[in-house]
Amino acid sequence: MSEFPEHDPKDHCLDESLKEPTDSLIVHATARGIAPFILLIGLYVFFHGHYSPGGGFQGGVLLAVGFLLLRLSLGVRLSQIVMPHRLTLRASAIGALLFVAVGLSAVIMGGNFLDYHLLPIPGLAPEYLRYFGILLVEVGVTVTVTFTLVAIYDELLGC
Amino acid sequence: MKALRYIVLVAFFGVLMTAVVKLPPRGDVSSPVHRRTNAAGTPVAGTYYIQNAYKDAKTPNMVTVILGDYRSLDTLGETIVVLIGGIACFYILNVRRRKP
Amino acid sequence: MDWMIEFTLFLILLTAALLTLGVRDLLVAVVTLNVFSFITAAIMVSLGAVDVAFTEAVVGAGAVGLLSIVAIRRTSRRSQD
Repeated sequence: MSEFPEHDPKDHCLDESLKEPTDSLIVHATARGIAPFILLIGLYVFFHGHYSPGGGFQGGVLLAVGFLLLRLSLGVRLSQIVMPHRLTLRASAIGALLFVAVGLSAVIMGGNFLDYHLLPIPGLAPEYLRYFGILLVEVGVTVTVTFTLVAIYDELLGC
Repeated sequence: MKALRYIVLVAFFGVLMTAVVKLPPRGDVSSPVHRRTNAAGTPVAGTYYIQNAYKDAKTPNMVTVILGDYRSLDTLGETIVVLIGGIACFYILNVRRRKP
Repeated sequence: MDWMIEFTLFLILLTAALLTLGVRDLLVAVVTLNVFSFITAAIMVSLGAVDVAFTEAVVGAGAVGLLSIVAIRRTSRRSQD
């Protein structure tokens, strides 16, 4: 009936070598040397999104790629120090909740959903309230995208 | 079957190349996307964004203002789609391990 | 003369797409898919959409390739069809 070969769960052929640190010295040194710069460029792209191309999504993916490069080269056990596994999905949910909280606080102050110029930050003109509202929303997007990509990698590796 | 595939491919290549060659040059004021009103006579939303993006949010990057302020509900949906993707991967890839 | 650059980019784009569909080794397919994404980003730059190009380059040529390579390592490398 099915054209696919019978798949035995015992014979799952899981390649466990990705969980170990790499044997190659060159890959190890290159990944450890280049990952901090990728994280720095990710933070730059995120925080400079108000002035140049970039923003939450791109900066979040760059940060996630930096963490994934460390996971790929150092193995699962060592890279838990940089980004613990039990943190990832919870932190991404917190990022989405931050976005919704910014929108709902505008509702509580008497405006529409995501009306930034009603945010409860004292002493700012409405234009700058919108500026900081955009910044808060981008923080939520960045946290969600970063931690979700790392969580997908972890689940794919099964650690 | 193979000939049909290559015919479709060559046709698609022709469509792409026609579109590329016939594109208006960048920054052309008389091109349809840069008009103040569209073909139906209603005003284009982009005109308001280009004129008022800096005045509304004091942010020089217009794309960030559109994505984060004017169309922020869209960005919220995008974020929730990413989060739901992560949660779905968590449940699908953990099926075997959660069973005793 | 302006459209010559885009002509060349579309030519490379279609070649990369054909290679991705036709090759039997899935690791090679992932690499040519990354080439496809990167050429798409270059086309977006030449059309003036820098933000879209940035997203395409980061996601298509970075994250998708990495996750696909891990998925291939966990399953099988040869294409079945």
